Amino acid sequence: MTARIPHSALIIVLSVGVLLGFGVSLSVGPAQIGPLEGVKALFAADGSPQAVVMQDIRLPRAILGVLIGATLGLSGAVLQGYLRNPLAEPGLIGVSASASLGAVIAIYTGFSLVFPLALPLMALAGAAVAGGVLNALAGQRGHTLTLILAGVAISSIATSLTSLALNLSPNPFAAMEIVFWMLGSLEDRSMQHVWLALPLMAIGWAMMLSLAKPLDALTLGEEAAATLGVNLRRLSLVAVIGTAASVGAATAVAGAIGFVGLVVPHLMRGVVGHQPSRLLLPSALAGAIMLTVADVGVRVIAPQSGLKLGVLTALVGAPFFLWLILSKRRSLL
Amino acid sequence: MKKHFRRALIVASALVFVVFAPVSGAMAAAQRVVSMNLCTDQLLMLVADKTQIASLSHLARDETLAVMSARARNYPVNHGRAEEIYLSRPDLVLAGSYTQFNSINMLRGLGISVEQFAPVRSLKDIPANLRRIGALVGREARAEALVAAFQSQLAEAQRTERAENVPAAIYYANSYTAGQGTLMDEVVGAARLENIADRLSLTGTRSLPLELLVMESPDVLVTARKTGHPPALAHEVLRHPALRRTIHRQGEVAIHTKYTICGLPFITRAIEMLTKAGDVVASQADSRK
Repeated sequence: MTARIPHSALIIVLSVGVLLGFGVSLSVGPAQIGPLEGVKALFAADGSPQAVVMQDIRLPRAILGVLIGATLGLSGAVLQGYLRNPLAEPGLIGVSASASLGAVIAIYTGFSLVFPLALPLMALAGAAVAGGVLNALAGQRGHTLTLILAGVAISSIATSLTSLALNLSPNPFAAMEIVFWMLGSLEDRSMQHVWLALPLMAIGWAMMLSLAKPLDALTLGEEAAATLGVNLRRLSLVAVIGTAASVGAATAVAGAIGFVGLVVPHLMRGVVGHQPSRLLLPSALAGAIMLTVADVGVRVIAPQSGLKLGVLTALVGAPFFLWLILSKRRSLL
Repeated sequence: MKKHFRRALIVASALVFVVFAPVSGAMAAAQRVVSMNLCTDQLLMLVADKTQIASLSHLARDETLAVMSARARNYPVNHGRAEEIYLSRPDLVLAGSYTQFNSINMLRGLGISVEQFAPVRSLKDIPANLRRIGALVGREARAEALVAAFQSQLAEAQRTERAENVPAAIYYANSYTAGQGTLMDEVVGAARLENIADRLSLTGTRSLPLELLVMESPDVLVTARKTGHPPALAHEVLRHPALRRTIHRQGEVAIHTKYTICGLPFITRAIEMLTKAGDVVASQADSRK
C-alpha cells in the first residue's frame, strides 16, 4: 500500500488533533467551568478554586494523557516492527504487567514513602526484568512466536504476583487497587506525576525513534539487515530498553493501559503504508489522540463512578483484536 | 432487741430482694454470649458482665479499629467461623446484618439463637442498640446508665457559641464521602457543620470527585486518621497538591476511624473534635473581617 497523504501533511493533521484533544481534555470535568473561564483560570495566579482545578487537576491529567498515549503508540509501532508480528504491544509482551508489579512492590512495602523515586525506579526495574527475559529469548535469533508466548507467560506471572501482593496486603483498600494497576486511570494525577514520568519517557522515545532506519532494514529479514550494517544485538537492546523505560514510566503513574499500543500502529499502517520508519511518529501522535479521547470518554460517560481508562480502551481494542486475528487467518489461507 | 432484730431481718430481706431481683431476671437472659462483629463486640463489653462474654471477634483487639481494644484482650477471640463458634457452646450469638451469611445460617440451623445488628446510620440508633443489648443480656439498668451518660456527653460535645453552620466535607481514602443517610453525616450535622455532600445531593457513601471538592472549598475537611497499616494508593489523593492548596491551610480534622466506624457512645469524641474545629475556623473568619 502506498501513502495517499504526504507524510508531512499527515504529521500536521495529527498534531492538530493532539492539540484539539488536549483542549477538550482540559475543558471536561465534574466542576462546571466554561471554556473561556477555564483558559483564564489556567494562567491565573490567585489560587481561586477554578485556578486550582485547572492547574493542579486538569492540566496534569491532560498532559499525562498525551504523554502516555504517545508512549504506547510509539512502543507498539516499534515492537511490531522489531518483532515483525502484528500482535506485539507492550501489554502483550509483559512489559506493562511487570512494571505494575514493580510499582506495587514499591508502594506496598512502604519503600516509596521512604524514597519517592523508588516507585518509578521499581516500575522501571520491573519492565527491565521483563525486557531482559525477552531479550535473552530474542537474542539467539528467537522465533517471534516463542517471544510472544514468553511475553504472555511473563505477563500472566507478573499479573498474578501483583494480585498476590495486593491480596496479602493488610490494607483494606488493596483489593480495590488491583483494578487500578490492571486497568489504568488518569484520575486525580498531579504535576508531580508528570515530572516523575517525563524524563524516562523522553529517554525511551529518543531511543525508539533512533531505530527508524534499522527497522526499515529489518523488513528485508535479519540476514539482509545484518549485511546492510545493522547491529541486530544493539537493535534489540535499544528496542527493549526504550520500550521498558517509557512504558515503565507510564505504568508507574497511570497503571497498565492496554490495547492502545496494539491498535494504533495498525490504524496508521493503513494510512502510511508498511514502512516501519514512517509509522513511528504518526503512531505516537495517534496514540496521544486515542488515549486523550478515551480519557475524555471516561469522564463524559460515567463521571461519578470512576470508570477505568483501560476498560474503555479494551472495549474498543478487543473487538479490533478479534477482527485482526480473523483477517490474518484469511490472508494466511 | 428481738423486735429490732426482726425489723432488721425484714429490711435485709427486702434489700436482698431488691438487689437480686434484676439478677434473677438475668437468669433467663443469655449467659454465654459470642460476638462476631466489631461493633457488637464493643456493645457487649459495654453492657454485659465479664462473665457473660464467651468470645469476641478478632477485630476487637485491633487498636486502629476498636476503642475498647485493650479491654478486648481479656477475652478469647473468634474468627467468625461457624465451627469454632458452635464448639464454644454459646447461648446467644451477636452478628452484623451484612456479613458472614453462611456462618450465621449454619449456626441458626444448629439451633443457636443469633441476633443481628444493622450498621448504625443515625445517632438515635445508639441508645436503641444499648437498650437492645441490655435486654438480651439482662442488664437493662446498666444499659440505661450508659444511655444517660451518652446523652449528657452528646450535649456536652455539641456545646458551641457559634450561630451559623460552617461548610465541611468528609473525605476518605479513594475519594469517598458520606452524605445523607450515613452516621458521619449526622455527626457532622451534630457538630453544627454543613456537609457539602448534601449541597451536591450526594447521598450515602459516594465518591466525591476532587474537582468538586476543590470548587466547594469547605472550611473544614474531615478525614480519617492514617492507621498503622502499610500505605496504599487509596491515601494518595489526600496528598494531592490541589487539596493542599485549597483546604489544608484552613482546617483538616483527622479523626481516628475507631471512633466513627461503629455507632457507639464514643462517637461523641468525634462530634466534640468537629465542633471545636468549626469554632476555630469561624473565629479565624471573624478576626479576618
